[in-house]
Amino acid sequence: MNTADVTITIDGRAVTVVRGISVAAALINDGMHTFRSSVTATSRGPLCGMGVCYECRLEIDEVAHRRACLVTVTDGQRINTGQRPRQ
Amino acid sequence: MTADVAVIGAGPAGIAAATRAAQAGMRVVLLDESPRAGGQIWRHRTTAGLPKMARQWIARLAQSGAIVAASTAVVDAARDAEGFVITCERDGQALTVRAASIILATGARERFLPFPGWTLPGVIGVGAGQALLKAGTSFRGKRVVISGSGPLIMPVAAALSHGGARVLFVAEQAARSTVMPFVLGLMTRPLMMVQAAAYRAAFMRTPYRFGSWVCAARGDGHVEEVDITNGHVTTTIACDVLCAAFGLLPNTELARLLGCAVAYGSHVIDETQRTTQDGIYSAGESTGVGGVDLALVEGEIAGLSAAGKDARAYFRRRDALCALSRSMERAFAPRAEVLALARSDTIVCRCEDVALGSIRREWTPRQAKLYTRAGMGACQGRVCGAALELIYGWPPDTVRLPAEPALFSTLIANSATADVPLGQGD
Repeated sequence: MNTADVTITIDGRAVTVVRGISVAAALINDGMHTFRSSVTATSRGPLCGMGVCYECRLEIDEVAHRRACLVTVTDGQRINTGQRPRQ
Repeated sequence: MTADVAVIGAGPAGIAAATRAAQAGMRVVLLDESPRAGGQIWRHRTTAGLPKMARQWIARLAQSGAIVAASTAVVDAARDAEGFVITCERDGQALTVRAASIILATGARERFLPFPGWTLPGVIGVGAGQALLKAGTSFRGKRVVISGSGPLIMPVAAALSHGGARVLFVAEQAARSTVMPFVLGLMTRPLMMVQAAAYRAAFMRTPYRFGSWVCAARGDGHVEEVDITNGHVTTTIACDVLCAAFGLLPNTELARLLGCAVAYGSHVIDETQRTTQDGIYSAGESTGVGGVDLALVEGEIAGLSAAGKDARAYFRRRDALCALSRSMERAFAPRAEVLALARSDTIVCRCEDVALGSIRREWTPRQAKLYTRAGMGACQGRVCGAALELIYGWPPDTVRLPAEPALFSTLIANSATADVPLGQGD
């Protein structure tokens, strides 16, 4: 890790990512496709990438329904998709 | 926070408007829900990669004295005796802005149309591909198919290719014959032709077909293959990402909340960029999709007008670009076939998972909400409402506060400052 990186946790797992990228970018770069489950339990990920569709919404630092595409990663940020058990 | 002029939306139009108004001596606040000013076209993490024009405008804005409030979503806007009260939410905190006038520079979003498989992760918009790339998403080695409409396809395909994606196929839904008048109109704008050629060079080996569109996507938990058709022949292409959207759509929610007239999907404005409401101006894609050059000049006019200055020197440039924008709209209008891709079991409302077959054509948008919850989810019908306007010929539904999903604490702060307390508005 260098000073250009920050460490976030995704569903309890520590991941080092490039500073300044969006939470959506961090998750996709980590190989995640599913950001949330829909009301009939189908998988959803980002659609519009610009804050309109709310498909990428997830829990960031214990606040629900944050749009991953509009939030920039910060050191120590905790992200929960609800897709994997919390640790 | 109190300002003379509140500019909502920090894309090129909002930046130009805020800059000109501040230079004219107004106290200006520029609000945007993104982390940085720039909008979609000038979205950036560092300004180094931005075009010169963008860096110039961002520098002018910084020197103008306008206050930039980023990561700030506008939740409500209302008029009272002294002007306007704009309720915002930033980092979970309510922020109230009072302003004598408002410039709406709310831009455009992508028009999404439902087709089988469009809810699969990995199916994203066309502009979305560029937005995610600029926000740091890696597309390196990914197989990408693009199905879209309009000039936006070009920079997106080029940027994804530069980013290491393997762009396998580009489908433009409009027929070559309907696009030609627009292309001929560009002949008078050689710089635009040069730019288009440069974009095309970046994905030279990728087929780019007019009269083609996606009709289905399939995959197990993620898109794995898509069907592209020209109405006669359908081809299946294996891919990791599908970029699919059908042009751009002005964002009119705040304008409608404020009582501004909207016609043909865009804000109605006069030659000074004033809407049908006193003290409210509009500039950029919200007045009709026309690209960055038109957005900038409209922003300059709106900023000067809101400051009470004469902006007539800019009218000619704007009017010429407006004509080009109308020609573009005609060239890339969605064809009937792309409005008929959804089957009865295809989800239309992605927030509430409502299939097309559950929504009857003879209903109003309000009935669809009451009977099926379509349009009642987090996006507030921004995706399915726009689709149903085209598929069923429905009118837009009414807009209510909050304009964006908001925390209760924000709404309580709003009720403490606005003239109509929560709960008494209906």
